[in-house]
Amino acid sequence: MIFSLIIIAISIIAISGIPGIFLSHSSVWGQRISVFLICLGSLSGLVGVGLTFFYPDNALYFFPWQAEQNPLLGIDPLSAFFLVPIFLIGSLGSIFGLGYWPQEKNKRTAVMIHNFWGILMAGMSLLVISRHALSFLFGWEAMALAAFFLMSAEDDQEECRKSSLIYLMATHLGTLVLFGMFLLWRYTSGSFDFIPIQEGNVSALTINILFILSFIGFGLKAGIMPLHFWLPAAHANAPSHISALLSGVMLKMGIYGIIRMLSLLPVPPPLWGGIILIAGAVSGLMGVVFALAQHDLKRLLAYHSVENIGIILLGLGLAMLGRSYHHPVWVILGMAGCLLHVWNHSLFKSLLFLGSGSVLHRTHTRQLDKLGGLAKLMPWTAGLFLIAAVAISGLPPLNGFISEFFIYLGLFRTLAIPGNTGSIAIIAAPVLAMIGALAVACFVKVYGSVFLGFPRSEIPENTKEVPLSMILPMIVLAVFCLFIGLAPALVVPILDKVIAPWLPAEWALTNTVKLASLVPFSALQFISISLVSIFSIMALWMFAFKKKNAQTAGTWDCGYAKPGPKMQYTASSFAESLILLFTGILKPKTHDPDIRAIFPTKSFMKSHVDEITLDRALIPGFLFFRKTLKWFNRFQQGKTQSYLFYILVAVVILLSTLIPVEQIISSLMSR
Amino acid sequence: MINLIIHLALFLIFPPFLLGVINKTKALFAGRKGAPFFQTYYDIFKLLRKGMVISSTTTWIFGAAPLITLSAVLTAGTLMPLGSSPALFSFTGDFLLFAYLFGLARFFTTTAALDTGSAFEGMGASREVTFAALTEPALFFAFLVLVKLSGSLTLTGMLSSNFDSLIYPGSTAPLVMVSIGLFIVFLTENSRIPVDDPNTHLELTMIHEVMILDHSGPLLGIIEYASSLKLFLLGSILLNIIIPAYTHSLWLNWFIFTMAMIGLSVIVGILESSIARLKMPRVPSLLIAAVLLCGSAFILLLR
Repeated sequence: MIFSLIIIAISIIAISGIPGIFLSHSSVWGQRISVFLICLGSLSGLVGVGLTFFYPDNALYFFPWQAEQNPLLGIDPLSAFFLVPIFLIGSLGSIFGLGYWPQEKNKRTAVMIHNFWGILMAGMSLLVISRHALSFLFGWEAMALAAFFLMSAEDDQEECRKSSLIYLMATHLGTLVLFGMFLLWRYTSGSFDFIPIQEGNVSALTINILFILSFIGFGLKAGIMPLHFWLPAAHANAPSHISALLSGVMLKMGIYGIIRMLSLLPVPPPLWGGIILIAGAVSGLMGVVFALAQHDLKRLLAYHSVENIGIILLGLGLAMLGRSYHHPVWVILGMAGCLLHVWNHSLFKSLLFLGSGSVLHRTHTRQLDKLGGLAKLMPWTAGLFLIAAVAISGLPPLNGFISEFFIYLGLFRTLAIPGNTGSIAIIAAPVLAMIGALAVACFVKVYGSVFLGFPRSEIPENTKEVPLSMILPMIVLAVFCLFIGLAPALVVPILDKVIAPWLPAEWALTNTVKLASLVPFSALQFISISLVSIFSIMALWMFAFKKKNAQTAGTWDCGYAKPGPKMQYTASSFAESLILLFTGILKPKTHDPDIRAIFPTKSFMKSHVDEITLDRALIPGFLFFRKTLKWFNRFQQGKTQSYLFYILVAVVILLSTLIPVEQIISSLMSR
Repeated sequence: MINLIIHLALFLIFPPFLLGVINKTKALFAGRKGAPFFQTYYDIFKLLRKGMVISSTTTWIFGAAPLITLSAVLTAGTLMPLGSSPALFSFTGDFLLFAYLFGLARFFTTTAALDTGSAFEGMGASREVTFAALTEPALFFAFLVLVKLSGSLTLTGMLSSNFDSLIYPGSTAPLVMVSIGLFIVFLTENSRIPVDDPNTHLELTMIHEVMILDHSGPLLGIIEYASSLKLFLLGSILLNIIIPAYTHSLWLNWFIFTMAMIGLSVIVGILESSIARLKMPRVPSLLIAAVLLCGSAFILLLR
């Protein structure tokens, strides 16, 4: 029953774009049918997922022709947990697309987008419910390639072509590593099935290599620093609703892969937890620092994904240390933080990308220093974007705070253990605090420069609120953000179900430790609700009694006669003092005009920050190889004759191995 | 019951008095008579009765931000133990909520500053978030030290316990270092000299005052009140570490606490009269010193 619901969901979603192929490209019905099918499938899938949380046991699928006893597909609470964002964000994003990427205006790309949207969602769902390497990789590649076609939708722009190509290389590099990992898996466990490896059967070295390979392979997809190099450009140049799906959901497939592999490997050595924690701290801190230095709205949001993946990894690393040192409390709090942040990030990051899509839809620019003052023209978008901005900064009373609270609590619990085992973990707490403060800085910058103040450049005449089909998905996401923030206790049963398999049987039997007993949910909820009510009472008072005698005047700008838009602080100047603190890492480059004459001509300055891995390591590295290996080009002249000659040489060399040299020599000797 | 009433009254009514004490101290040092001790109360009441002038550039965020700030600070106040009296609400991890509520206040103060579109206010907001990025880790390192020493994950537990050096040998040095670090955080977060000068309104060197240039009337009154509450709350963290010894008498305990708070304000006043504000690019060095002090205090405990 559960399984049929989910399989039906995946099938409907996978074929959702096909009717559009047979309809005329100028007909709007292809898109409408596809959105309808995706929503229908997602609804069926979400019902199935909901049932899984209550009856997790009977959700394994055996194909009738399967010769082996092991299932090919199966749903456990972990799979179900990751299916939720796929169905939710997938369907909401496709509804957003109705207004954002309407078929009547995008005849060339719309049909392609509907098809690959469905395939991307179906591929991700398939990999999440796979119990066998083959179906897993099938889903993985479907996801990776569909994502490539989606993000290269605007391939008439050079930037977009470049970034998609870099993504294609990165994703195939990741797949290559995963091939290696699964080969080693087959060698170690004897099959391609996802069955836990028993401890003691295999050497520690093999297990370590399996972990490292999966961490790199999946880490490339998740965008862990420094494997994130494809991410900022790819997310920035994709159409916004696609960025929402890529950033909100597809990155999480990397996290899912890491979690799934870790759940199959035996109890980890402390080293793994340490590696994950350090990767998390580096991604988190560097992600937000690089985000601060961006001038492009969507590129900035993409770097925040790197930051949030870092926070997710901090939780996971803590949980792994808990497994190594046998502290169930660390495991519960770490996993709860990691998992809830996966949901939270997919909610608020999708909301942010959809919001930036609305802005882009009306103003046609992503440059922060050209925007401004949109809150008055687009009040709904501005309000919803604000909710997401507060949530992603990890501030109470919204959902981002709850998951960070779990991670903090787990980190501080490590201090309660006598002695210093695992004390490296606690350093993550001040790092997380710094990430939080920087995220606040960054989102104040974004919100202030996009929605507040005066417009910094000529914005189009018809700038007004976007249509309801674009607002509605954002409202749904914002409601979820508020809901998890104000009533976190409601997600606890689900988290408990997903965490349960991580606790060894003896703990589960002897301990009644559950998430609800570790986190003071009632107090948190009470404080959040009292915060909201104090604010509401004061706001009512203000509006009822005080707003009446308010006068309106221009901004008082310390005596300037004509304060204008150009006098405002821009996003770049807002972040400058922070960027100066991190000059060592960011190395910002400024191109100043050279002003010498008494009456200089009109000039401008610009500044930018390079991508850390791509622009500073990979591209210079490849250029170096190209330079040093230039002599090799002589062999590659493009002449068919010479290639035939190379083939001939190769064949001769290969054939020559057939000559029984030893036999000839020995027969010569024996004469 | 009496304790609870004193606790609430002290928290809600006392804080503006501290600003009066600071100003009186500064006036004495300058050889002036100075405004009365209760001047801040008069100011707040006068502002609450006045009308408002609101910039036509702004949106609803401009009006909502002071209210959100005040609600966040009031909520944070319920989590803070005062002297020997435990907090109104105490639960595991309340110190995280305490720190993040101040983060919420900062988010909206700085956003409202950008809402006016004024260059000055943008500059103040930029500085505010920059310095916060350094005070936050310092504060969390201080929390780490306190959690490690007290073994408690609540503000009441970690601040009300007696850090008796006989019970826990080696706690003196870390606590001294943390106190200095927290004092720097206290000065920064409350926009005091040497980081910010609360008296100037029209220089390019200020932080907090410049962000509220466009607020007027009740909104400004609310901001003034919220910032005095913030001074009081951050000061009581510091005091709970410095004077952990309390008697068994309720009234005497409250007297000690109140006097200590006034003493802290006098120290701030003396400091503001005797040293100059730092050059803006130098401030991060001071804050990094605070991070290092609190961080080293923690490392001393781990040894």
